[in-house]
Amino acid sequence: MAYAEAREAVRELAVEAIGLEKSYGAVRVLSGLDLQVPRGSVFALLGPNGAGKTTTVRILATLTRPDAGQARVAGLDVVRERGRVRRRISLTGQYAAVDELQTGEENLRMMARLSGVPKPRDRARELLERFDLADAGRRRAGTYSGGMRRRLDLAASLVAEPSVIFLDEPTTGLDPRSRQAMWEVITDLTGTGVTVFLTTQYLEEADRLAGRIALVDGGRVVAEGTATELKHRVAEQRLDLVLADVATYDEVARALGERVVRRDPAALTVGAATDGSAAHVRTLLDEIDPDRLRVRTFTVHTATLDDVFLALTGQQAARPEPETTDV
Amino acid sequence: MSELAAIRPLTDSLTMAGRSLRLTRRQIDALLMSLMLPIMLMLVFVYLFGGAIQTGTKYVTYVVPGVLLLCAGFGSATTAVSVCNDLTGGIIDRFRSMNISGTAVLSGHVAASAVRNLASTVVVFGVAFLIGFRPHAGALQWPAAIGVLLAFVLAISWLAAAFGVLAKTPEAAGGFSFFVMFLPYASSAFVPIDTMPSWLHGFARNQPVTPVIETVRGLLLDQPVGDSAWLALTWCGGILAGSIALAAVFFRRRTA
Repeated sequence: MAYAEAREAVRELAVEAIGLEKSYGAVRVLSGLDLQVPRGSVFALLGPNGAGKTTTVRILATLTRPDAGQARVAGLDVVRERGRVRRRISLTGQYAAVDELQTGEENLRMMARLSGVPKPRDRARELLERFDLADAGRRRAGTYSGGMRRRLDLAASLVAEPSVIFLDEPTTGLDPRSRQAMWEVITDLTGTGVTVFLTTQYLEEADRLAGRIALVDGGRVVAEGTATELKHRVAEQRLDLVLADVATYDEVARALGERVVRRDPAALTVGAATDGSAAHVRTLLDEIDPDRLRVRTFTVHTATLDDVFLALTGQQAARPEPETTDV
Repeated sequence: MSELAAIRPLTDSLTMAGRSLRLTRRQIDALLMSLMLPIMLMLVFVYLFGGAIQTGTKYVTYVVPGVLLLCAGFGSATTAVSVCNDLTGGIIDRFRSMNISGTAVLSGHVAASAVRNLASTVVVFGVAFLIGFRPHAGALQWPAAIGVLLAFVLAISWLAAAFGVLAKTPEAAGGFSFFVMFLPYASSAFVPIDTMPSWLHGFARNQPVTPVIETVRGLLLDQPVGDSAWLALTWCGGILAGSIALAAVFFRRRTA
C-alpha cells in the first residue's frame, strides 16, 4: 500500500529533479540538485547570480541536457520524453522572446498558429485583453515599455494553455510599478491548476508569489520550505540593539557570543535571537545593560528571508534596481 | 492527430516564412537597400564598365544573369543575419520549448529569402528591359531560366542559413555576403573568362556560379546551354543537400 501511495504522490508532482548535475567546461553549475514541486503550486527557486537557477530551468524545460541525474515534468522524463514534455510546458526566459517588428497581436497570433491552437485570432485577442494589452495590440512590440514587453512575452507563452509554466527571473530589470503589475499577472495564473515554477534573486518576490521556496547556492538546494519555514531556520525574532560606542559594541557582541544573529558595526548594532516575548526581551536587556548605559535604543524584528539568505549562502540578496531597463 | 503531426513541420515552416517576410517588410532600410542594389548594380555595370568590356553581344544582355546572382548573394546575407539574430536572442528558446523543429525555423527564413529574391529579380528584369535588354527566350526557356535561378537561390540561402547558425554574432553572419559576392566576379558573370589571367581559368570555369550563369544566359538568349545546365543543377543540388545537413548539425550542436 505504501508503494501505491508513493506512486500517487509522484503523480501529484509537477516537477521532480533528482541529483541534477551540469558542467560547462571546467565550471560546475549544478552539483546534485534535488527538487519536488507539487502540482498546482507556485514554486520559487531563489538564489544569487550564478547559483544555477537558469541552468535548472533550461534542463527542466528540455533545452539543456543534464550531465547526470533525472528530471520529470508533468510526470514525463525531460530527456527521453522531450517532445511530450514540450507540449505541456511553457518557458519565459530572461530575454523577451517577442519580435519587436511585429505588433503584439501578430506576435501572439504567430505563437498560436505554431502551437496549433484552433482559432489563433480569437486566442490572440483574448490574451491581449487578459494581460491588459488590448489597446497596444496593434502597436509594434518594439514600442512597448519593459513591463508591457514582459507581459506580452508571458501571454505568448500561454497560447497553448500549458500545465507547467517556467518563468526565469520574470521581473529582473523592471521598475517597481511594472514589477507590481507582473506580480498580479503571475498571481492570477495560479488557482487554475497550473504549476508556476519561477526563479528569482529577489526575496520579496519569492515571499510574495511562491508557496514554496528552494534556496539554491553553488548548484544545489541549501534550504527548502515555505517562507515561514525558512524564516524559522534562523531566529524567528531578533532583538536589534543600538549601542553607545564602539567599545560597548565589542563587549556586547562578545558577551552574547553564539546568540548574535546579526552584526552591523557601522551602525553599532548587534542583533540577538529572541522569542519576541516581553519577558525574554527584558531579561536580555537586563543581562547586557544592568546600568542602563550601554543600549541606546532597541527594536524587535521578525526574521526576513534576507536573514535566511545571508545565513545560508553567506551573501546579501540582490535588491531590485529602481530604474527600468529594457530587456 | 497523426496526420496533423505529419504536416506540422510544413505549416510551421509556412508560419515562420510569413514571420520572416513581415519582418523584412518592416526593416525599411534593408528593404530599400535590397531593391536599390539591383538597380545600382545594373546601371554601374552597363554604363560605367560596360563600354570597356567586349562580349560579342550588347553588354546589358550579357550582364543580366550576373546581376541576378549578385543580388541573390547579397540577399542571402540577410538570411544569415536573421538566422543568427534568432539564435542569439531569446526567441529560439521559446520556439524550441514549443517543440518547433530547427528545420521549420530555418526553412522559414529560406522561404522568405526566396520571396525576397523573386522581388529583386523582377526589379532587375524591369530595369534591364528599360535600358535595352531584349531576351530571345521562348515559352519553355523562361520557366527553365527562373527554375535554375530558384535552385541557385535555395542553395545559397540554405548555405547562408547554415552560416547564420554557425556564426556567433549577427555581425559575423553578415560577413557571408563578402564570400558569396566574390564568387560571381571570378566567373563568366561580368567578363568572359578568356579575358582573365590564365591561372584563374581553372577556378573560374569550375566554380558553381559559372554554369549557373551560362545556363541562365543561354536560356534567355535562346542559345545552346550544353553541359552547363546539368552542371548548374548538380552544383545547386549538392550545395543544397550539403548546407541542409550542415545546418542541421550546427543547429543541434548550438542548441544542445
